[in-house]
Amino acid sequence: MSHASVPAGKYNADNPAPHHFGHHFESAEHEFSSAKQGMWLFMVTEVLMIGAIFVGYLLFRLRFPEAFHEAHKELNVKLGALNTVILIISSATMVLGVTAAQRGNNRRSIGMLITTIFLGGCFCLVKYFEYTHKFHEGIFPGGLYHFEGLTVPHAPLFFSFYFVMTGIHAFHVVVGMCLITWIITRIKRGQISKEFFTPVELVGFYWHFVDLVWIFLFPLLYLLG
Amino acid sequence: MAHTAEAHGDNYLNHEKGLWSWMTTVDHKRIGLMYLASVCFFFFLGGIFALIIRLNLMHSGHPVVDANTYNKLMTYHGAIMVFLVIIPAIPASIGNFVLPMMLGAKDVAFPKLNLASYYIYLAGATFACLALFLGGADTGWTFYTPYSIRTGGGVILVIFGAFVAGFSSILTGLNFIVTIQKLRAPGLTWNRLPLLLWALYATSIIQVLATPVLAITLVLLIFEHVFKVGIFDPALGGDPVLFQHFFWFYSHPAVYIMILPAMGVISEIIPVFSRKPIFGYRAIALASFGIALVAFIVWGHHLFVSGQSELANFVFSLLTMFVAIPTGVKVFSWVGTMYKGSIRFNAPMLYALGFIELFTIGGLTGVFLATLAIDVHLTDTYFVIAHFHYVMVGGTIMGFVGGMHYWFPKVTGKLYNETVAMWAFISIIIGFNLTFFPQFIAGTEGMPRRYWSQLPEFDLWNTLSTVGSWFLLLGFLMVAWNMIKSAKSGPAAGDNPWRALTLEWQSKSPPPHDNFGPTTPTVTHWPYEYKGANV
Ligand SMILES: [Cu+2]
Repeated sequence: MSHASVPAGKYNADNPAPHHFGHHFESAEHEFSSAKQGMWLFMVTEVLMIGAIFVGYLLFRLRFPEAFHEAHKELNVKLGALNTVILIISSATMVLGVTAAQRGNNRRSIGMLITTIFLGGCFCLVKYFEYTHKFHEGIFPGGLYHFEGLTVPHAPLFFSFYFVMTGIHAFHVVVGMCLITWIITRIKRGQISKEFFTPVELVGFYWHFVDLVWIFLFPLLYLLG
Repeated sequence: MAHTAEAHGDNYLNHEKGLWSWMTTVDHKRIGLMYLASVCFFFFLGGIFALIIRLNLMHSGHPVVDANTYNKLMTYHGAIMVFLVIIPAIPASIGNFVLPMMLGAKDVAFPKLNLASYYIYLAGATFACLALFLGGADTGWTFYTPYSIRTGGGVILVIFGAFVAGFSSILTGLNFIVTIQKLRAPGLTWNRLPLLLWALYATSIIQVLATPVLAITLVLLIFEHVFKVGIFDPALGGDPVLFQHFFWFYSHPAVYIMILPAMGVISEIIPVFSRKPIFGYRAIALASFGIALVAFIVWGHHLFVSGQSELANFVFSLLTMFVAIPTGVKVFSWVGTMYKGSIRFNAPMLYALGFIELFTIGGLTGVFLATLAIDVHLTDTYFVIAHFHYVMVGGTIMGFVGGMHYWFPKVTGKLYNETVAMWAFISIIIGFNLTFFPQFIAGTEGMPRRYWSQLPEFDLWNTLSTVGSWFLLLGFLMVAWNMIKSAKSGPAAGDNPWRALTLEWQSKSPPPHDNFGPTTPTVTHWPYEYKGANV
């Protein structure tokens, strides 16, 4: 589709609209730096939120070391490692998508963002298989646990943390996939350009953060003996 | 260009018309007013619950509600007052209105997010209130485990409501930090920043850092119900004391989310009505941050009798006493500002003086409670109730109502009735002390908190307290009546009736839609250059 075929006044990925910054800002740069600061603050709240569960996990790990050691053997390290690789690649495609948007290459950006969503989907699929396998064996959090193969006292608590931590993380992955879908539609509507790519960059921040959390979760849950 | 509409009094109230224009507004001033209306509604609701509680305790052996209802009333009174009234009261209503104007900005940094915070707040409130129809909650506002895991009814919905309302608080704090960082008018350096904004900045930091911990704690508590995770459930190997640690890691700093903005309001009112520069500007500004910092390392004083280690008790006790230092700095600076000033006793100043009196009592009794040996005796008695009501009602609500009077002319363009305001204040201050001072005495004599029925030996104190609560009701009704009537038919206020120097008073009353019209205000001086009665 050539630029000439675009009717005047209709914007799309190839022909984005000019950006008008908010009336309370001095410039587009002022708006952008404010939005970035807001996003960093939001990331801080996420760190504290997830940090609290990490603290809880570490406390119980110190309290019941044998139970946590035995229980962690039930996790599938290979699938965990596969998911780690998937998320690292998705972070790379995200970077490529954001850079493309910054340079005004919206077509390429959409391609990279779709790849990122796809990888996020793969992550969730692997997680789905891990979860259903556990449920099948009777491995549930805390009071619902009825797995015959591992009867060490307090082992169910390990799985409480496992499900809560990976579950909250997976929830963030799904939210991230929705946000990427949202920015793709904005690019397609011509709302993202070389002059205005704030939403793309901020969703990128978010996605990297979610990946980073997994980088901590994987060794903590799957590897630490 | 002389805009004709502006010449004919175009302002934020009549800029757009109709209910829909309010519901979809991104104007920080309108959002502030919507918060104000909601906060006042919930204050009224929580207040009614409190009045029933007081009525129930008036005479031993003459209950007016049954024990289960009492437990629910006490839970709802606490949860509503904390999460829906005192935490958003000053930042989200007065702060929303005043903060961008004090900065000389047209709006907060993220106006749509600001509106979203309001609806998130309403959603949280709705969940909590819906629970009333599902059997309510009877855990107390602290939701301590394991009881909160065992009890049924609507407790999950109340917890979820508090969780949702927390996000509103986080987003408001985030918005304010970026606004103060990024949207200061030309010339508004950090050394010229009004003290209310220093206080709101410190408050916002606590909101952003502490609230997420409460959020995740409440999520885990919901998971206890739904998935039986057992992390806080001793029957499953979990640790109920960990819940208390997490809960107070938020809820102690939350006390400063409540009190710091009130201190900011008082710091604005006192120099204006003393016609003197604020004493110790930098000390007050830094003290806000000092309090915010110490806020995060004292939570353990809520666990002195929860089986915490002796060492932890000692450290938390010591650290808690440090809170008194920045707080004392503020109180002495306010008194120093008033010293030899030309004091005018308008309603805002009366509330500021009320704040100093009540907050000082509340703060000092906090030091008593921080003292280990005394706390063991006073834990879970009415002494604690009296202490935190002196801080939260005597502090925050005094600051809130004082601020409402102070900015009333700016918000509405009208003057409130000074005589009615004075009598309302007198009724409130008498009612407050009558309600809560007897509770200190009853508490030292061992009267336990949260009990549905009390022993006859406390009857005198309980009766006094209940009678006091009626004076409080009368006072607040007078305030409401005065505000509503004056907003409708009060005399015109003029742009700056108090001759105050902060930026919001340089705008029109009520301000235009974009706060200052086409010109951006430029700041050339410190906002506290008051020089005596006539200047
Ligand atoms: Cu505390």
